[in-house]
Amino acid sequence: MTLWWIGNAVLLLVILPVVVYLLRGVLEAAKSIVALVQGIATVAAAGSKDLDAAPLLLTTQDQVEQTVAGLANYGGSLDVILDDHEGPAR
Amino acid sequence: MTVVAVVAAGVVMILAVVLIVLALVYFLVSTILELRKITAGLDEVIGGVGEIVEKSAPVNDVVNNINTQLDAGVDLLEGLLVKKAGLNDAVGLIDGVYPGAAAAGLRQFPESTEVDAPRIGETYTRGTLSLARLGREAPIAAASPGNAVLRNVEGGSLAARQLYPDVRHESPENLPNSPTIGADAPVQYEQREDVGAPRKRLPARRP
Repeated sequence: MTLWWIGNAVLLLVILPVVVYLLRGVLEAAKSIVALVQGIATVAAAGSKDLDAAPLLLTTQDQVEQTVAGLANYGGSLDVILDDHEGPAR
Repeated sequence: MTVVAVVAAGVVMILAVVLIVLALVYFLVSTILELRKITAGLDEVIGGVGEIVEKSAPVNDVVNNINTQLDAGVDLLEGLLVKKAGLNDAVGLIDGVYPGAAAAGLRQFPESTEVDAPRIGETYTRGTLSLARLGREAPIAAASPGNAVLRNVEGGSLAARQLYPDVRHESPENLPNSPTIGADAPVQYEQREDVGAPRKRLPARRP
């Protein structure tokens, strides 16, 4: 009988507080993760928005190609107009 | 007495078990709800990250292509410059326009790093170097030997505005307001007293 009461006391004074403590820790961790995930979602959305201008790189690519092509034509003309350097390379 | 004690002990034990179960239910349900929020948040994250991956997928190829084109342009210009001016003068001209650039040398000509660059700024006339600075948009000209910047890209507009007698380029806190005109204006610009008053002298009658 005495052991039964001791068991009850252990159940109420030790097991229950330990269970509550551990479960509260899990709950707090889950709550903190929610805030972090929301922050990550905001950053991901902002990062995606920042990349909206990425398709403009195609325009840049076209313009660079046209510029280099014009440069090649210009250089070809200069090559014809100007005399080459005479003498040693150095 | 023994029966009562047994019943009491049993009730206390059942009460303790019920409390533990209630605590388990409360905290586990709360945790489940938080985990559902996490799942929803991660869905948003996955959506955003998916967009990032989708949008950035072609960037690598495009940038590589741009770099290839620019490399070809640089090679072309370097080759043409060396072909027409010779390696010595080419390095000297580059160092005159971009002071210190001779140390890096030309990519197509590794031996250019060993060239003792002639001081083009001293060899050629000032007009030649001025034309070079104008053509290269001149931030480099700030360090050119002995000459002022002819055209500063960052301050080009300010330099042009400073040619005119105006205070706007000094960015004052307040500029004078435009004058108020009209009948209700605080300052009437036609301030003669005889305006609107009876004539002081009647015109002479004709005979």
